[in-house]
Amino acid sequence: MHSDSQSPPPIIQVRDLTLGFGGTPLLEHLSFDIAPGEIFVILGGSGCGKSTLLKHMIGLYEPMAGEVVIGGEVFTGTEGQARRDILRRFGVMYQMGALFGSMTLLENVRLPLEEFTGLPDEAMDLVARLKLQLVGLAGFEQHMPAEISGGMQKRAAIARAMALDPDILFLDEPSAGLDPITSAELDQLILRLSRILGITFVVVTHELPSIFTIADRVIMLDKETRGILAQGDPAHLRDHSEHPWVRRFFNREATEAS
Amino acid sequence: MGVHRRSLILSSLAIWSDMFNGLPWSPCVPVEKKTSVNEGGAQLKASIGPAGECILVLAGRLDAYTVGPLWPRAGRMLQDHADTPVRVDLAAVDYCDGAGVALLLDLLRQTRAPGAEVTLVNVPTKVAQLLEPFDASALASPSRTRRPPGLGRRLGDGVHDLGRDLYNHVVFVGEAAAALAHGLAHPSRVRWKDALRIAQEAGVNALPIVALIAFLMGVILAFQSAVAMKQFGAEIFVANLVALSLFRELGPLMTAILLAGRSASAFAAEIGTMKVNEELNALTTMGLDPVRFLVVTRVMAAVIIAPLLTIFADLVGLMGGAMVMMTFDVPLVAFMNQVSHAVSPGDFLGGLFKATVFGLVIAGVGCLRGLETRTGASAVGISTTRAVVSAIILIVVLDGLFAVIFFHLGI
Ligand SMILES: Nc1ncnc2c1ncn2[C@@H]1O[C@H](COP(=O)(O)OP(=O)(O)OP(=O)(O)O)[C@@H](O)[C@H]1O
Ligand SMILES: [Mg+2]
Repeated sequence: MHSDSQSPPPIIQVRDLTLGFGGTPLLEHLSFDIAPGEIFVILGGSGCGKSTLLKHMIGLYEPMAGEVVIGGEVFTGTEGQARRDILRRFGVMYQMGALFGSMTLLENVRLPLEEFTGLPDEAMDLVARLKLQLVGLAGFEQHMPAEISGGMQKRAAIARAMALDPDILFLDEPSAGLDPITSAELDQLILRLSRILGITFVVVTHELPSIFTIADRVIMLDKETRGILAQGDPAHLRDHSEHPWVRRFFNREATEAS
Repeated sequence: MGVHRRSLILSSLAIWSDMFNGLPWSPCVPVEKKTSVNEGGAQLKASIGPAGECILVLAGRLDAYTVGPLWPRAGRMLQDHADTPVRVDLAAVDYCDGAGVALLLDLLRQTRAPGAEVTLVNVPTKVAQLLEPFDASALASPSRTRRPPGLGRRLGDGVHDLGRDLYNHVVFVGEAAAALAHGLAHPSRVRWKDALRIAQEAGVNALPIVALIAFLMGVILAFQSAVAMKQFGAEIFVANLVALSLFRELGPLMTAILLAGRSASAFAAEIGTMKVNEELNALTTMGLDPVRFLVVTRVMAAVIIAPLLTIFADLVGLMGGAMVMMTFDVPLVAFMNQVSHAVSPGDFLGGLFKATVFGLVIAGVGCLRGLETRTGASAVGISTTRAVVSAIILIVVLDGLFAVIFFHLGI
């Protein structure tokens, strides 16, 4: 995919990233760009390193080589205030939600506001309630995370990730473990947020319906070559990819047992 | 030749055992010998076929409950006929589950002399379907077991781990100290609401157990010494003993140990669970430092409540002592008077200082162990245990150090 000169500069750039554990690389020389407002989906077989790649992109792990650039600023290896400024530009929804168990939903969403803004108390409450309303959780402000369902926890986690109005949201397996309807509702939420707020999404998911609904572009990682097997529009890849494995993935065909 | 002699001996043995067991012996079946095992719903019979081959007949239900007893016997029968082909007849098997399949594969995978192979005959379709995905020859070699690493390797790993732990601890102490200093310099940035909640949980809720232990300690101390002192008519000096031991040693020490048991473990479990649930990652990507966010509040709470709990323990312990002394006809006023003469402010403040340091260490160790938690639910349990054990060891070592330091300072 070549970006023409008119398109805006990428909001995320992954440059020649090599990542792994204990000296053995899991993925090597990954490079890709993500355009602002895009819904970008990371795919690949189980254990190929999707979650690990995501954790490198959000700065939880140090890569073996290469760098991640967010909004034109090099993120990898940046410390101090510059790092905090970049952290402010994105929110993360973790696979299990990772809501703070000792706080109500409202307090969870309020926390980033309390820590980073000088808003008055009522204003913070209002902002937090609006975020919860945006994800369809109005009326659950005073619930504890343990008192709501898994799907609601994920939505609350999205609300918290959006507390400071980030440009980018990283979602790790948003629909894993949800029933098809809840999962479809989550997809609609993502589309809505992308449309009205122009948020860029980076999503790891396995759910085919989800991929075809939300993804503008996908990359497919490969364990064998430790690189990107294919990238592009999912419907196009399903029908026209030169890789049989990619076509099988999108058509849900099992590999013949060897 | 040798084979024949052996099978002759075996068959005579079999006949003998059959007679002994009173099992039916049917002469109309053209077999030389016959052994039979019947376990629950499953039967195993061995016989010698017309061509000299061994025929094992399995019949009935082969499931996890019935194949157990059959297994060793089937194996022995195979060994007994090591040099003849073995045919396992499954015609009469009416049920077979995973365990039954395992038994059959076990028979098939044995390494046998050429010409003495084990074959399955009359396999019911159901059983054949169950057997289909498996390859007996691939199971012939025992599955690879994890060899425990050698002594050298373990020693090296141990030293490496120790070094890394030590490094992590130094880093943690540095980070915690910096975060604490930052918290003291900017008190408005400390999450006092959390600190208060933790102080309540670790402090107020610990009052009953602290009271119980301190009271008993006062009673025991007073009673044990009073019995001896009474012989010299010196009961009144029990007050000195009780007050000094409580204020200088036992008050801070027992409070610290209770705090380690209740709160170091709670801190480790709380933070460990947060780590397992990725809540710590969530804090990090929000730009919040887990040390500042979680450790500072807990350390502050512990540093505040440890001396307060110690004062409480001292007083309750004294009450216990006073109660015992009243039964020895020492009035309360005399007891309190004696105590106020015996205890100097230095004794009292020294004890409180120790308690404060203990509180710092307990909270620090609890949080450190929590932050060190690896993944998985059992990891939280391990961290909790490590927190309590490390906290108690550190308390005892520190208490010894304080004894030496206070002695040299003359406190
Ligand atoms: N903290 C870690 N330390 C060492 N190895 C790890 C660690 N985390 C993951 N791995 C290894 O990295 C590989 C990729 O893991 P990762 O979780 O990124 O896979 P994934 O693509 O997200 O798979 P799934 O779709 O099953 O979630 C796995 O083989 C795993 O064993
Ligand atoms: Mg994953």
